[in-house]
Amino acid sequence: MQLYRAHVLVCGGTGCVSSGSKKIEQALTDELAKQNIDKEVKIVETGCHGFCEMGPIVIVYPEGTFYCRVAVEDIPEIVSEHLVKGRIVQRLLFKAPVTEEQVPSYKEIAFYKKQQRVALRNCGHIDPEDIKEYIARDGYEALAKVLTGMTPNEVIEDMKKAGLRGRGGGGFSTGLKWEFASKSPGPKKYIICNADEGDPGAFMDRSVLEGDPHSVLEGMLIAAFAIGADEGYLYVRAEYPLAIKRLKVAIAQAEEMGLLGENIMGSGFSCRLHIKEGAGAFVCGEETALMASIEGSRGMPNPRPPFPAVKGLWEKPSNINNVETFANVPVIYLHGADKYASVGTEKSKGTKVFALTGKLRNTGLAEVPMGITLREIIFDIGGGIMDDKKFKAVQIGGPSGGCIPEQHLDTPVDYDSLTALGAMMGSGGLVVMDETSCMVDVAKFFLNFTQKESCGKCIPCREGTKRMLEILEKICDGNGVPEDITTLEQLGKVIKNTALCALGQSAPNPILSTLRYFRDEFEAHIYQKKCPAGVCTAMLEYKIVAENCKGCGACARVCPVGAITGEKKEAHTLDTSKCIKCGSCIEKCKFNAIVKG
Amino acid sequence: MADINLTINGQKVTVPEGITVLEAAKQIGIDIPTFCYEKGLTAPGACRICVVEIKGWRNLPPSCITTVAQGMEVETESPAVVEARKTILELLVANHPLDCLSCEKSGNCKLQDYSYRYGVASQTRFEGEKHEFGIDDSNPYIYRDLNKCILCGKCVATCRAVSDRNVLDFAYRGFNTKIATFMDTDLKDSTCVYCNRCVAICPVGAIVDKTMMGKGRGWELEKKEVTCTFCDSGCKFDVNYKDGKFMGVTAKSPDQGRPLCLKGRLGIELIYNPDKSELPLINKDGEFVETSWEEALGIAPIIEKLTAQKK
Repeated sequence: MQLYRAHVLVCGGTGCVSSGSKKIEQALTDELAKQNIDKEVKIVETGCHGFCEMGPIVIVYPEGTFYCRVAVEDIPEIVSEHLVKGRIVQRLLFKAPVTEEQVPSYKEIAFYKKQQRVALRNCGHIDPEDIKEYIARDGYEALAKVLTGMTPNEVIEDMKKAGLRGRGGGGFSTGLKWEFASKSPGPKKYIICNADEGDPGAFMDRSVLEGDPHSVLEGMLIAAFAIGADEGYLYVRAEYPLAIKRLKVAIAQAEEMGLLGENIMGSGFSCRLHIKEGAGAFVCGEETALMASIEGSRGMPNPRPPFPAVKGLWEKPSNINNVETFANVPVIYLHGADKYASVGTEKSKGTKVFALTGKLRNTGLAEVPMGITLREIIFDIGGGIMDDKKFKAVQIGGPSGGCIPEQHLDTPVDYDSLTALGAMMGSGGLVVMDETSCMVDVAKFFLNFTQKESCGKCIPCREGTKRMLEILEKICDGNGVPEDITTLEQLGKVIKNTALCALGQSAPNPILSTLRYFRDEFEAHIYQKKCPAGVCTAMLEYKIVAENCKGCGACARVCPVGAITGEKKEAHTLDTSKCIKCGSCIEKCKFNAIVKG
Repeated sequence: MADINLTINGQKVTVPEGITVLEAAKQIGIDIPTFCYEKGLTAPGACRICVVEIKGWRNLPPSCITTVAQGMEVETESPAVVEARKTILELLVANHPLDCLSCEKSGNCKLQDYSYRYGVASQTRFEGEKHEFGIDDSNPYIYRDLNKCILCGKCVATCRAVSDRNVLDFAYRGFNTKIATFMDTDLKDSTCVYCNRCVAICPVGAIVDKTMMGKGRGWELEKKEVTCTFCDSGCKFDVNYKDGKFMGVTAKSPDQGRPLCLKGRLGIELIYNPDKSELPLINKDGEFVETSWEEALGIAPIIEKLTAQKK
């Protein structure tokens, strides 16, 4: 084996690829050759590091130096300074948001410090297209252990002991799910991986598939052994081309090494895995719709019972778990169920990956132990609110989730505590909002999403979400009436009680939770015809504060409709009948002379 | 099969294992409304109008797909159930043309019946967008107004029951969901054979028999059931009379395995319609005109020759 004195890890996740990591990798290859050290330094294209906002990310080992927002022009300097002379390129280091302190090491960055990476253990550290790197990190060892020394029942018992719960949103016990499928009689069973990730802002499943595809395959194989399946599908959304490519590579490599397919590791256990690309429907993440889609039908949910464990794909007993769930599986058998269960809260074990987005200083993927508080996630890992604004709410769980206000930030996060607060774990999307976000507008955004993605099968979801959305639009347009709040609550209750699938049943959550915590904002829209956050344009009026106006004319020049007039060096006036409320004038004014409200 | 004891609206009832709450209720004369359920054909649990309250259950489950269990306590008209049904009806009415005065289905329409039963008026709490689909009047047999469609999906299920038809399915998403043919064409340009099985099953006025339009209200028509003898399938049709006068032949909702077909329906009409011309029609310049059998069959020259021979 060739030995190298240094490894340069270039992130090849979708985020960094979009910000140009491919070009950086090429430049590095050229520069290493030019400086004649290409035999000493190895470049590894890895999966996602989760800190996509700082991309393209380059990490140099053995030091673990974390360079961010690297450009092609920086490459010669990195090579000649760091790799040749051993001097760290200070200006490319990560700067801590508040202290502006430069942090040289990966592990010292606040974003990573509180994280505990289990599902993401290999993401960013190995070349996802090389099975040997996965094996070097104890890959497929858990499978070997299971196939050679455990019975399916023991596998299920261990899973129950570990207490892993479905990471896709439902939070159902994985061990119980496996047990149901294993007890279902029949010679033919299927194992299915749900990789139809679709919540706005969530991308943990994509990162796992792109950065560590073998962990998912290994998890699936262990599950297949436990339930007695000999065939499986990975249902991946077609919008994830890189994930699909890497999965294909992973499947081919695993098959070649006898780790997948017929007679795996000579144990007599066989399992084949196929990839099925989705066709763009959010609802296909619902398990019955997903199976309908694999079968070639329109992706529409079907009522349960019968549960997939009894009558699933092609009417055979099937077990569906999410990507992140499968990625956790090998770890449980490698280090033991008790060790796994030692992390987390009483009813939610292990870690959970959250996708941090919104008005945060640090956005990206963060894997944290269950039981951590929202405050730690948002203020320690996320670095707090951008531009020193005030925190208002955090939306958890995607379109099925809810908004949680400041007073509940110290609640330990787990499946049950979030549900009690009117939100849900969901897939772990976490959108942070500050004082400039209007909660009615936020509720409208999420409802618009569910309404568009409703499959149209059941009346409460198809027609009910439409009417709720129309009411919210009316409120945002300043035409709300007092009865609207009652109607929203009543309609929300009926939809929750009667919709067919989880998408419909949870569709009212964003509204019901905002009504619970931010009722005053709804009331301000309806009674005072005011949007307190200054978002709903219909209720805004722009005004020039005469005493602050210096008459510089910058606003008048930028106004696209000529609504601002005035003599030079004299206070200007704004004609509200012409104003289209675009906000350009406020951005231009240096004297805070223009206000909206 | 074991017997199951349960309570429905406080009434104790013993029913066979495996049947649904809906069927159990029916056995003791309790009627639960349904849109998408059709016995022996489909129970997709989609419309949610048949929801009931079961003690200890989290949500309101649809009775058409919920099987009975020992000791179940079911309420079919509890306040929560009635509230849910009313809301569902209001949602449907809010997106419905409400031209009941001239609608063919008036008097024979489930939406109308249930709205009456639950006191849902045409003016609902919800004022908003309504569908504005174009009307499909492209063929002589089926008049399709998808603005009236409640998307129960029974037409899709019945069409799919005959393997070589499968003309209809759901298309689009969310509020824009509709029943469509392949490539969303008019029926004329689809593979539809106008067997009218969908017409017979539609609970509202979305798909109606065009030949019967304006010929009489449901309650005015007297129906005589006949069995078609054109093939060995034995499909059933209704011959409709108003004041003793023949009005037309309509397809009856088909039993399993019965294909229904246009030929059968038109054939029966030929038999029962006293005004039907004995003469064939021929397409001349785009219009069908009566003609002689000799011309229709193209045997005029032969007859001429035969007549000449005779002479």
